[in-house]
Amino acid sequence: MNFANIRREDASRAVIVHAILLTYTLVALYPIFLVVINAFKTRKGIFKDPMGLPNADTFSLEGFTKVLAKSNFELFFYNSFTVTIVTIVIVLLLAAMAAWALSEYKFPGNTVLALYLAIGIMVPIRLGSVSILNLVVDMGLVNTLTALVLVYVAQGLPLAIFILTEFMHQIPKDLKEAARCDGVGEFKIFFAIILPLIRPAVATVAVFTMIPIWNDLWFPLILAPGDGKQTITLGVQQFIGQYVTDWNAVLASLSLAIIPILILYLIFSRQLIRGLTSGAVK
Amino acid sequence: MAHSGPMTDWRKAKLPVIAFLAPATVIYTLFMIYPLLDSIRLSFYATPSGGDTAFVGLDNYRTILADPDWSATFWNSFWNNMKFFAVHMLIQNPIGIALAGILSLPQLRFRNTYRTMMIMPTMLSVVIVGFIWQLILSPVWGVGADLLDIVGLKSLFGPWLGKEGSALITLSFISVWQWVGIPLMLIYAALLAIPDDLVDAAIVDGATHFEVFIHIKLPLVLPTVAMVSILTFVGNFNAFDLIYAVKGALAGPNFSTDIMGTLFYRTFFGYQLQLGNPHLGATVASLMFLIILAGVLFYLFAIQRRLARYQL
Repeated sequence: MNFANIRREDASRAVIVHAILLTYTLVALYPIFLVVINAFKTRKGIFKDPMGLPNADTFSLEGFTKVLAKSNFELFFYNSFTVTIVTIVIVLLLAAMAAWALSEYKFPGNTVLALYLAIGIMVPIRLGSVSILNLVVDMGLVNTLTALVLVYVAQGLPLAIFILTEFMHQIPKDLKEAARCDGVGEFKIFFAIILPLIRPAVATVAVFTMIPIWNDLWFPLILAPGDGKQTITLGVQQFIGQYVTDWNAVLASLSLAIIPILILYLIFSRQLIRGLTSGAVK
Repeated sequence: MAHSGPMTDWRKAKLPVIAFLAPATVIYTLFMIYPLLDSIRLSFYATPSGGDTAFVGLDNYRTILADPDWSATFWNSFWNNMKFFAVHMLIQNPIGIALAGILSLPQLRFRNTYRTMMIMPTMLSVVIVGFIWQLILSPVWGVGADLLDIVGLKSLFGPWLGKEGSALITLSFISVWQWVGIPLMLIYAALLAIPDDLVDAAIVDGATHFEVFIHIKLPLVLPTVAMVSILTFVGNFNAFDLIYAVKGALAGPNFSTDIMGTLFYRTFFGYQLQLGNPHLGATVASLMFLIILAGVLFYLFAIQRRLARYQL
């Protein structure tokens, strides 16, 4: 075998590999692309030339105008943002505190407590919905964002504590010892030294906490289905249920839900993927 | 992983340790563990019309599993859920593994771009994904037929989501389309952790990249494949959003897309003329819990223990 042969083999192999990858990329992206381009067309354009890009003849924003006039999308976005951000901040803080206690201090029941807090990684919180609703009714929190935040914090904590405990084991001993020798208190060690150190793990935890919350339909449907407390996912679901035959409005509402996520995703995809593949740094 | 255990004796810092652990433990216990246990408790109670709630033992389970009105619905949703899971195991996970294998080939260009694009559907809400595909597969719009026409298969197109025989399979494929990103990412991460020298040695000995993947890499990432499988199982037996968004709580046509999650919702909240019943709802949730528990225990004791973990 000479070098020319090897190079030709390599080249044809590369073509096959890229053909497979491109095909799958197309399968993954084309449906999203199709919905977004059609949202910017007239009704006629949507049906006459579904696969064409909007042009001078077919371009129209009537779908968006209708959605913004007939539904409360800004409010739904605001609700989703509030719930997601507040939940992430609480989960990060509480999980970091718990993870620090579990990884740093020797106390009776340490392992048992760590296992107890890990149950929620495998058991879906939805299965407790009947009692969660009773609880929320008893607390007078039906149709409030607070109810969603409390449930999502409980849902996000187990995995966050697990990831952060693993991470805190890697914090060098000398750092803590030095602080202790200087007589720094335990609270101050955590808040002034440890908390700033977990920044690299924050992205990972935030991703795992954020995506399921932002996309959830179940708990908004059960705990906060009305009174202007709908999240964007529930808002879109209700809107489309109502305007199912109005293609412009349906396509526009879907695009409004997709585009912000896509933009955020493209900006943060690097950190996000690093988070998802953490542990395999190479 | 060989990290040392906890270092500091807590007796020197009782108050901080309690203060660090209490908030997370309290919220988690109140909103996760207590509701799970309380749901199981509620499944042993019933409220007869006009009467007071009373302990009824296993009556609710007898109703769901054996009462002619309920058992057919329950077993229908159970077997539908098994089919839903089977499609994910047979289609989603192999595609995820294959794509991860290709993406981890040495010297591949645009690796990160492909990866970013391929997992994009995974980031979207299940509800949004359900509606996207409902539109594309709608015979009214006809885009689905046009797309099949490009590959010369237009004659195959039909109202798949509307037909009893094909609705569940179609929804399973939509779900696969969305969730391929999970096995893709997890297995890709595991493949990256395999040391280069192991692969290089085989290549120098004349093995092709395909052989290296099948005989060296795949056996090394089997623990991750098993973990992906159990995540798929738990996710599938807890699914609800997609069916609800596309088919509503009635999971039509004629309950052909009914899975455990939609059955739980209908039992709990009621639908059409049937009133919601929290106790029967809690019973369905408890049965789902048992199914998921059985899957997780099977994974922990029968699978994970037998898979050799190679120290790399």
